[in-house]
Amino acid sequence: MTTLDSRQIPTSAPDNYLTHTRGLLSWLLTLDHKRIGVMYMTAVLTSFFVGGVMALLVRTKLLFPGAVEWMSADDYNKAFTLHGAVMVFLVIIPSVPAALGNFILPIMLGAKDVAFPRLNLFSFYLWVLGAICAVWSLLVGGFDTGWTFYTPYSTQFAAGGVIPVLIGVFILGFSSIFTGLNFIVTIHKLRPPGMTWFRMPLFLWAVYATAVIQVLATPVLGITVALLVIERAFNIGIFDPSMGGDPVLFQHFFWFYSHPAVYIMVLPGMGIISEIIAVHSHRHIFGFRFIAFSSIAIAIFSFLVWGHHMFTSGQSPMMNVLFSAITFSVAIPSAVKVFNWLATLYKGSIAFNTPMLYGLAFIFLFTIGGLTGIPLAVLSTDIHLHDTYYVVAHFHYVMMGSALIAMIGGLHHWWPKMTGRMFSDFWGKIACGLVFVGFNVCFFTQFMLGSQGMPRRYYMYQPEFKMYHHISTGGSYIMAIGFIITAIYLIHSLFAGKKAPANPWGGASLEWQCSSPPPHDNFAVTPRVGDCYDFSAVRWDEEQEGYVIDTEAHIAAASNGKGH
Amino acid sequence: MSSATHTHGSHGSSSQSGEVQPLVGHLVSYPTLLATGTTLLLLTIITVAVRYVDLGEANIYIAIGIAVVKATLVSLFFMHLRWDRPFNLLVLVGSMLFVILMMCFCMMDVGQYQHTFIPGNPSAVQMQLDTTAPGAPITLKR
Amino acid sequence: MSDITNHTDDAHAHDAHGEHAKYPFLAHHFETPYQQFDSCKLGMWLFLATEVLFFGALFVMYAIMRFKDPEVFSYASQYLDTIMGGINTCVLILSSLTMAIGVRAAQTNKRGLLITCMALTLAGALGFLVIKYFEYEHKLHANLKWGPGFYVPASEEAKVAVEVAHMTNPVLELVSANPSEGASKVALVALPPADKSSIRAPKAGPNGVASPAELEAAASTHEAGHVDTAHLLDPKLPPNTHRFFAIYYIMTGLHGIHVVIGVGLLTWLLIASIRGRFTSEFYTPVDLVGLYWHIVDLVWIFLFPLFYLIH
Ligand SMILES: [Cu+2]
Repeated sequence: MTTLDSRQIPTSAPDNYLTHTRGLLSWLLTLDHKRIGVMYMTAVLTSFFVGGVMALLVRTKLLFPGAVEWMSADDYNKAFTLHGAVMVFLVIIPSVPAALGNFILPIMLGAKDVAFPRLNLFSFYLWVLGAICAVWSLLVGGFDTGWTFYTPYSTQFAAGGVIPVLIGVFILGFSSIFTGLNFIVTIHKLRPPGMTWFRMPLFLWAVYATAVIQVLATPVLGITVALLVIERAFNIGIFDPSMGGDPVLFQHFFWFYSHPAVYIMVLPGMGIISEIIAVHSHRHIFGFRFIAFSSIAIAIFSFLVWGHHMFTSGQSPMMNVLFSAITFSVAIPSAVKVFNWLATLYKGSIAFNTPMLYGLAFIFLFTIGGLTGIPLAVLSTDIHLHDTYYVVAHFHYVMMGSALIAMIGGLHHWWPKMTGRMFSDFWGKIACGLVFVGFNVCFFTQFMLGSQGMPRRYYMYQPEFKMYHHISTGGSYIMAIGFIITAIYLIHSLFAGKKAPANPWGGASLEWQCSSPPPHDNFAVTPRVGDCYDFSAVRWDEEQEGYVIDTEAHIAAASNGKGH
Repeated sequence: MSSATHTHGSHGSSSQSGEVQPLVGHLVSYPTLLATGTTLLLLTIITVAVRYVDLGEANIYIAIGIAVVKATLVSLFFMHLRWDRPFNLLVLVGSMLFVILMMCFCMMDVGQYQHTFIPGNPSAVQMQLDTTAPGAPITLKR
Repeated sequence: MSDITNHTDDAHAHDAHGEHAKYPFLAHHFETPYQQFDSCKLGMWLFLATEVLFFGALFVMYAIMRFKDPEVFSYASQYLDTIMGGINTCVLILSSLTMAIGVRAAQTNKRGLLITCMALTLAGALGFLVIKYFEYEHKLHANLKWGPGFYVPASEEAKVAVEVAHMTNPVLELVSANPSEGASKVALVALPPADKSSIRAPKAGPNGVASPAELEAAASTHEAGHVDTAHLLDPKLPPNTHRFFAIYYIMTGLHGIHVVIGVGLLTWLLIASIRGRFTSEFYTPVDLVGLYWHIVDLVWIFLFPLFYLIH
């Protein structure tokens, strides 16, 4: 609890991005990537709250095998659809690239801003517009198609709010495209001298690979939902079989985006983990180039496997075999990353603080999520497991256990940098433990549910599944408590947290070399770039209660060829 | 800094003496632009003319081939890709490769399950025909 | 190429403070005009890549639909006017040419030529839209529409014609064998051989029944019910023909939206160039809008043969 002591260090607050200008308008019209990142983060976390409440409603309903008075079957469908759509389109996809990436990427790179600050702000407002469309959809009856909008259900039947939410998804897609485009240009063109591709932190490699997917895949989602809107409104006969359309084609189009989108969600998370693992075990990252290139490999592979979502939807046997085979190959770059992280931890001096705990949780959960994907890629077992709770558990391990846990870990890792305040590490560890335990209780149970034949998205179920559903719901409550504690201590730290030093964890990348919070222009002089994973020149400074880095020694070590 | 050291358009024979040089970017000569435009117009006329000659299967390939040539001309000369950074070319070609990838996989699949489609009018079309155009010959094509 | 690739490295050698004073258009986070120009250009190319995939998905859709119903495409294509489409292609190519010349004019500080080129390009864009409007208008008038509307007779006369055909079951033939008599002459005959289409084979080209000249004549004389419903009365009409028009309207419509956006951008460029905003030092907006305009042209270069030039 020491960090909660209001032992404020009375420094004459230097001008930082938070105090540079004042007033609401200075935030709403800001072109500063840091403020846009903070606005994104606020918006994303608000959506996370909404999506989380929906998840708890769904789980609470599932305590009862039969119908309940307070939630009809239709409401249940709308609740889980809203949960899925909000979590995917409003939370996870923008969480790391748009929220954390916006804040960290230019600082890590040593740039003054992203390449197109106006476009950056524009893409934030596109996000807001997309969120408004989701609300609009709720006002006209909600939508109950599941987040995948499969035809012909979404074209002929479904609740009235399908078109507004599709318009929202279209707009959110462009928000995502513009963010990705901005980051690619920033990384290509705004690197300061000395920041070569192989001096770039792995988080930037991951965000770069993500941005490539965002730019190449998201337009297809845009055109797909546009066609779906047209199909639903005018019955043109492209996806709707009653007008001569082909519903399997919709799935091809949808998954051409939505499988790569899985990597839009998880790749930046992997980047965060590379940073967290290296910094908090104070050891040079193992296999820099392997991790870097595996990000690019994942980005490219991700475009070749989308058909594994369609094994049972009428896709031809030949393509089933082909997609199944390619899907296995995605395991290679993912495993490369995991082994390199483990090798980094080996003999490191690991600091078990909150960000590191999230990092370790990620490795554990991602490994389970990845390994349980294999039975889904195998054609024969997928027939049995398709559309059961096994799938639900698998993708929650990847989407939530990996992507979101990494996001929360990154939030803790860079919280001192973003806010200039330290959070309570004690409560952080407790909350992390609750989330980790609750998560596993909630979702590991669902592997068992699914392999015994409980279909996903069902409102009612056989009595023999009751025990599993109860355990799972209990786990979700434990998780909720963990997140509530997280929210409390983070908000508390904003007002009463200890002032954060420039470098609280001992990182060596550029963002730890500017003050916390960073000044408006990030760096007064263009920073000199060393090896961001060489911690030999980093030492603890009692006076500042943080780490300091001996820049000369750091640069010298890098130029002596002691790199990767 | 003298702008001469940074003149992009200095290579090639295009720069006419006495003309202002741009600070950045490449200058394409008028003859090149006009020649490109003329070729594009000629190719358009050819492709329309070929339409009236029945070459069976070959027609579509000729039409697409001419379109590819035209697209290449536009991107190389009008869009300056011939003189631009190679990465910009990679962006364009890469995006086209992904379109081709999507097309190949989708076509392979549709080709396999195509025989499962029921021939004739789809159900909603048939209902529409029965109410608004019962006399249309297509009404009978079930 | 080497002179280009040097710049990012050079860029930092000259120190930044001089550059911002010297070039007022240089944004604060860029070090040199070269870095700024290169960034803008790469950003635009990435945006064009998203456009390629945006339209590319539609081309995939087109390929699959055509693969599934090849006879629909070869049949329905005759309703499209090759000459109008061809003219539109030329209009777009010429406007692309004036755009490219305009970029050169901006690069070399020729303000008069720049203004002329922007005006001509804008005129080309508007001309394209006008021609497109007439094409759509003709088709919609004949109820060559998307969705169920394709199977609704376009007018009272057409409705009567279809009903008469129903009574004198099963097939009505529209005789237009003698073009000199025009399409207004209609005869009801019994049961033509199934392989005999009332609409002439595609080889007849733009003079087919659905040609705009005849459609226009028919529309003006108001004896046009039968012509408007020509496709409904045609025994050769393949099932699922409405899908051809669906993809036709979607693809040309999306392209048309891009042209409309182009009109907006070109108007902005025209006003800015009249105000003298662009110089040989700063002409990036002209260059980027130029790239956009060329990709609009490029998409049309593929749309034109795929819709208008098929048998
Ligand atoms: Cu997938």
